Order: sequence, then structure tokens, then C-alpha cells
Amino acid sequence: MTEMSNTHVRLVRLALIVGLIAIWEFYARFISTSSLIAGPSDVAMAWWPKVMGEPRVRTAVGITLIELAVAFAMSVVFGMLIGILIGLTNIGRRSMYPIVLLLYGIPQAIILPLFVLVFGLGPASKIAFGFSHGIFPVIVNTIAGMRNVSPHLLAGSAAMGASRAQQVRYVIFPHMVTTVFAGLRLAMTLTLLGVILAEIFVSQGGIGFFTLLYSETFNPAALMALVLTLALMAIALNELVRLVEARFSRWKD
Amino acid sequence: MAMPREPVLIRSIQFGLVAILFGTWWFVTQSSQKLMLLLPRPELVWREMQLLWSSGRLWAAATITVTEIVKAYVIAVVAGILVGFLVTRSKNLVRIFEPMLAGMFAIPLTLFFPLFVVFFGIGPDSKIAYAATYSFFPIALNTIAGFSSVDELYLRAVRSMGASSIQQFRHVYLPGALPVTLTGLRIGFFICIASVLGGETLAAAAGVGKSIALSAELMETARLYAWIAFVVLASVVLNLLALAAETRSERE
Repeated sequence: MTEMSNTHVRLVRLALIVGLIAIWEFYARFISTSSLIAGPSDVAMAWWPKVMGEPRVRTAVGITLIELAVAFAMSVVFGMLIGILIGLTNIGRRSMYPIVLLLYGIPQAIILPLFVLVFGLGPASKIAFGFSHGIFPVIVNTIAGMRNVSPHLLAGSAAMGASRAQQVRYVIFPHMVTTVFAGLRLAMTLTLLGVILAEIFVSQGGIGFFTLLYSETFNPAALMALVLTLALMAIALNELVRLVEARFSRWKD
Repeated sequence: MAMPREPVLIRSIQFGLVAILFGTWWFVTQSSQKLMLLLPRPELVWREMQLLWSSGRLWAAATITVTEIVKAYVIAVVAGILVGFLVTRSKNLVRIFEPMLAGMFAIPLTLFFPLFVVFFGIGPDSKIAYAATYSFFPIALNTIAGFSSVDELYLRAVRSMGASSIQQFRHVYLPGALPVTLTGLRIGFFICIASVLGGETLAAAAGVGKSIALSAELMETARLYAWIAFVVLASVVLNLLALAAETRSERE
């Protein structure tokens, strides 16, 4: 089969998405008799003014974004700090890295109720839970990134009289960037996962409050409008981190 | 990479750390009464663990949760490998679908959990559907990556030697795609466990996640810690098993 051009691929993808939406609309309108199925047009109508036109919903989305930002910033700072401390020495890495990996492997949802008991019903428990999700990929990828540096480059720079600080700035840091940013992208997804898990578990006026409200009042169109808005935000944030990543690894090509 | 035996020093650091952790836990709970509500004494947690074990409540909850995990995982594996394999039948299909699947997987699908509850109810079905959907993506994506990584040269070689399409599949495609696909199956498995437990914690009638959420609601913290301890133990064992299996297959 012949290779399609990039534009062609994009057109087909677009057609596919449009087709799926059309099938969904057709199904919701003419086939389904269930009141739980809302078609795309219902969702679009609910989106404004009922969902995003409502100031309380916009505040809730804003709160969630702030929780995400704080949790993500904390994950990056503490994750890199812990990662560097562990990765700095051979003994540290070999003794601590397996423990970090085992902790990373625990399904964290099970400690969510404990977080709510400790940090309360407000934003603090969401931030803490997002942080506990986001910090692990940062630690793991920082440690992995520090190992990526070729010992030849370190020896070479030392031979030319580079100080330890200069080595960190000009050799170790640029090499860590690609791996660390892969970790940051994962951390962004996981932090958002943690924040949303905590929001849905219990919420006072956050997005979790509204997903519960729309679920319990059986308003699938409004529920989908809110959920899809947040999903689009997640995609946008992911793209943002990817762009920053591309900017910092430009030196590679 | 074969795992070398770690020297005694590394092991003693690791065990020392765990010992310090438990020692601190024991020490702070002995002196402070205030803390007891959020951090119960280790011996109380141990007693609760024995109670959950012997009363059969652990097994009742675990049976429900494990059944959900198995059902969700089977659905995800079948659908993921099927979709992944079909997509790799043509390079154009890979270029169309791979970015879409990867983009979907970057969204925390927990967002959609309330929809699953609305459609499938509070029972096991919503957890199965949610976990199956979540773990479908890494399995499909890695199957695509696995089958795309099969070297064209080998295919041309066996074709020129007259291999049938079944023989091509059996002797070139399968062994070539297997390592990456297996990675997807492992990632999918752990995502499946986390999703079922997460879903149960958020909204369920029964199961381990529900029991955890319930003990927290009733402020039975010793029982809450006991449940958490069981899940942590199970997860550590599963992770070590996965690691051992991987180390072994890499050595081969």
C-alpha cells in the first residue's frame, strides 16, 4: 500500500472523529430510548450556559487547576531534590532506588481515604494526593537521567579543569533534561489523576462536587460537558509540557 | 541484565530504613495519645489484620475485587491485542490511530469514572468497564509498537523462502513483537489493579476499596491501616514477581 501524506493522514483522522460523533448523535437521537445517553448536540447545548456559563462551575475548574499547579510544582521540586540526593552516590542509588520503585508500584487509591482524614475535605487533601502521585515519576526519571551521563564526558571535562559546579551545569544538567522531562510529562498526567481522584472522592465546591451533582440528578449531558472540558484541558497541559520539553532538548539535534 | 547479588551493606541499609520507620511509628504512638486517632499503634493494626484474616472479611472483599480485576484484565487484553494487531496491518493505519490512542491515554481517564457509574451502576460492572478501558490503552499501544518494530528484512527473507502467512506470523511476527507487547501487558495489569481499587474507593457496594473507604468514614483507623497493609503487601509481592519474571526473560 502506498504511503499517505501527512495532510492525508490528518484528514482521515478528522473524518473518523466526525464520523464517530455523527454515529453517537444518530444513536442517541433515533435508537437509544435510555435517558442516560446524551447525544453530542445535547452535550454542546448543556456546555453553555448551563455548565461553563455557571460561575460556580468556573470557580470549581479554577480551584482544580490551582490544586494541580501547586501539586505539580511541589512534585517537581521535591522529586528532583530527592532524586538528586539518591542518585548522587552509588550506594544511595542501589539501596534506595528499589524502595522507590516498590512504593511507586503501590496502587495509591487505597491511601486516598487516609489523606482525606489527615488533610481534611478542602484543597489540601487534593494537593497532597496529587503530589504523592506526581513525585514518583520525577524521582525515578531524575535518578535515571543522572545515570545517562557518559563517564567519558565527565572525565574529559574534569581533565580540562571543570569544577564540580561547572560539570553539573554544562555536562550533567543538559544530559538529564530529556529523561527528566519525560518524567515531568508523566508527572503532569499522574498529578492530574491524583487531584481528580481526590476531587471525585470528596469535594466541597470543586469539580468533584459538580460531577456528583450531575450524576445524582441524572443529567448525563451536563456531566459529559464538564468531563470533556476537563479532558481537553488535560490534553492542552500535556501539549504544553511537551513543547517545553522540545525547547530544552533542542541542543540534541 | 542479570541481577547481581546485592552486597550486605545495601541490604542492611534497606532493612535498617524499614526498621527505623516502624521504630518511629511505634515510638511516637507510645508517647502521644492525641495522635492515636490518625496513627494507631502498630500492635492494634496487627490485631486488626489478624481479625480481618480470621473472620473471613478479607477473603470476602478480596474475592470481589480479584474477580473484577480478572474480568477487566481479560477484556483489556483481548481488545488491546486485537486492536493493536489489526492497526499494524498497514503503516497508514498506525499513523492514523497511534496518535489518537496515545492522546487518549494521556488524559486521566478517572475523569470519566462518574460516567461509568451512571451507565453501569454502583455494582462490579462499572469498575470492570472502567478498569478495562484504562488498561486497554497501554496494551493496544504496546502491541502496535511491538508489531511495528518487526524488521521488514526478516519478513522479506522468509517470504522469499516460501513461508506461508501462518508461518510468517508464528516465526517472525510473534517472536519479534512479543517483548514490547509483554511490557504492555505488565503495565496494563498494574493499571487494571489500580483502577479497580480506585473505582471501588470512589463508588462501590463492596470490595477492598470500598472496605477501605468505609473504615475511613467510620474513623476505624486501625482497621483502615490493616486494609492498607494487606494491599501494600500484595502489591509488593506482585511487583517483585513481575521484576523477577522480567529479569529472567531478559537473561534468556
